[in-house]
Amino acid sequence: MQTMEQQTIERDIRQFVIANFLFGEDNGSLKADESFLETGIIDSTGVLELVAFLESTYGFRVRDNELTPDNLDSLDKVAAFVRRKQAA
Amino acid sequence: MRVESFLERRAADTADKTALISGERRLTYRELDHLAAGLADRLRGFGLQRGDRVAVFMENCPEAVATIFGVLKADGVFVMINPTTKAQKLSALLQDCRPVAVVADNRRLPTVVESAASVASVRGIVVAGGDGNVEMPGGVAALTTFPSLADVYPPPTWKRGIDLDLAALIYTSGSTGKAKGVMLTHRNMVSAANSITTYLQNRADDIILNVLPLSFDYGLYQVLMSVQFGGTVVLERSFVYLHAVLETLRRERVTGFPIVPTIAALLLEIDLAQYDLSSLRYITSTGAALPTAHINELRRCVPHAKMFSMYGLTECKRVSYLDPADLDRRPGSVGRGMPNEELYLIDSDGTRLPHGVGELVVRGSNVMQGYWERPEETAQVLMPGPLPGENVLRTGDTFRMDEEGYLYFVGRRDDIIKTRGEKVSPREVEDVLHQLDGVAEAAVIGVPDPILGQAIKAIVVARAGACITEQDVFRHCGSQLEDFMVPHTIEIRDALPKTPNGKRDYRALLADESLAAPRTT
Repeated sequence: MQTMEQQTIERDIRQFVIANFLFGEDNGSLKADESFLETGIIDSTGVLELVAFLESTYGFRVRDNELTPDNLDSLDKVAAFVRRKQAA
Repeated sequence: MRVESFLERRAADTADKTALISGERRLTYRELDHLAAGLADRLRGFGLQRGDRVAVFMENCPEAVATIFGVLKADGVFVMINPTTKAQKLSALLQDCRPVAVVADNRRLPTVVESAASVASVRGIVVAGGDGNVEMPGGVAALTTFPSLADVYPPPTWKRGIDLDLAALIYTSGSTGKAKGVMLTHRNMVSAANSITTYLQNRADDIILNVLPLSFDYGLYQVLMSVQFGGTVVLERSFVYLHAVLETLRRERVTGFPIVPTIAALLLEIDLAQYDLSSLRYITSTGAALPTAHINELRRCVPHAKMFSMYGLTECKRVSYLDPADLDRRPGSVGRGMPNEELYLIDSDGTRLPHGVGELVVRGSNVMQGYWERPEETAQVLMPGPLPGENVLRTGDTFRMDEEGYLYFVGRRDDIIKTRGEKVSPREVEDVLHQLDGVAEAAVIGVPDPILGQAIKAIVVARAGACITEQDVFRHCGSQLEDFMVPHTIEIRDALPKTPNGKRDYRALLADESLAAPRTT
């Protein structure tokens, strides 16, 4: 079961992506496991915006070698990445 | 010579060499040629005849490359469409070029079905990936799956066209706001590819990393040229995850990396020293001017790779390149004409100038045939050349040319915005803004941006009593425009500045921006 904190992380990331890459429109179509790359939700400058958001919100530093689809390419993956970073 | 013969030669000479790497997939020249032949067979099955158009609406994938060559094998004309194009714009493009068929990937099929319903010319849709189970409205078009490597086809029965036939229409933004199809023959494309691979000194052991969309001629030519010289292309869908792209570069021992200034800016955001870039032989940049500071920084990070700074127009593919040996002697220059191409300046009367400042004219067999079904706009850019029946291209760009023929950009005639290396017509974005309920007036300008080159800014005035938010405007633009055309910033104002005769005063808007911009000195 997810803790309150995990749910908050997922909600905040979803809100950021919707506000910044989906023009604020959430018609429920953004699935948690959907690839940002395949759906074209995020482009190369968008990834850096997402990284800036994660760094400022969660207070960790994203290293260059963490700029991979495994870490950043869906809501689920970003949330898992944040949890890993916070645990480290 | 025709463009598809590049591939046919490779399939005969180096059939087992890897032509294409895309994620986990690797295709040899034989396999690529086989898929192309299969697609040609499908298209002929739809009734495609010599000169008929085929629209290609796919992200970067092996099937997109096979489609380009397959359309040409079938004697058709390929039309690449930006994969982020929305349904309404796609309809307009299809109505303009009237293709016999559309080749799409599965993800884009719903958009194609929606758009093609209103286009009577479309007799068939070929879909790559997925199971192809889609209901076709009205049953106008037949749907078929992309050929597979296991399929067997009868040998072609049709007589092959010649190199004066059209090979492609490449849509480009124009100042009118309507995209224009640049008509290129096989001879145009073969000539441009020959010139470029000559100055890049490409060899069969070159491995090109292409992160640019194939709908962008710069991306398209990476594939055409690699097949021409028998190299290998590593096809990425985009330049989104920097680390992943640079790891691919290392893993595949990439030798050639074509970029646009936005990619250069992003690369310089990270610490390149931690990556193994030792395989790189050259980096090319075009699409917009690459700042000298970025050129020098990239050279510092990748000292063994040659940096080619280039300038081009879809209308002739490439105009000029600066020899890497000249970078320090002529900073800020876009270089000289390509091999087998002549460049010169004319003054406002059309008189040829030996050097000095004037409008740049391009003469060469790479110059387009004109804009598809737009004789008036064609007449504005093509003018008779020195020989009977020959046309030269007026670029509309003003340059300074020194006595040795080196070119320095001075300014553009039109107000086209260059963002992320792509051209955007402010009119096209304004037209979309005006369609939004509650918008009284809108103006679109390009403002300097360190990453994008120019960022698109929209200034919107709401109708009396209407309430529009920035988010409404973003959402509307995102639903209508290709991704790179969506404004980066939006400002809602009460009124737009006007010139004394009542026109929108773009100069005043641009002046506001330069006042607001932070000083960098």
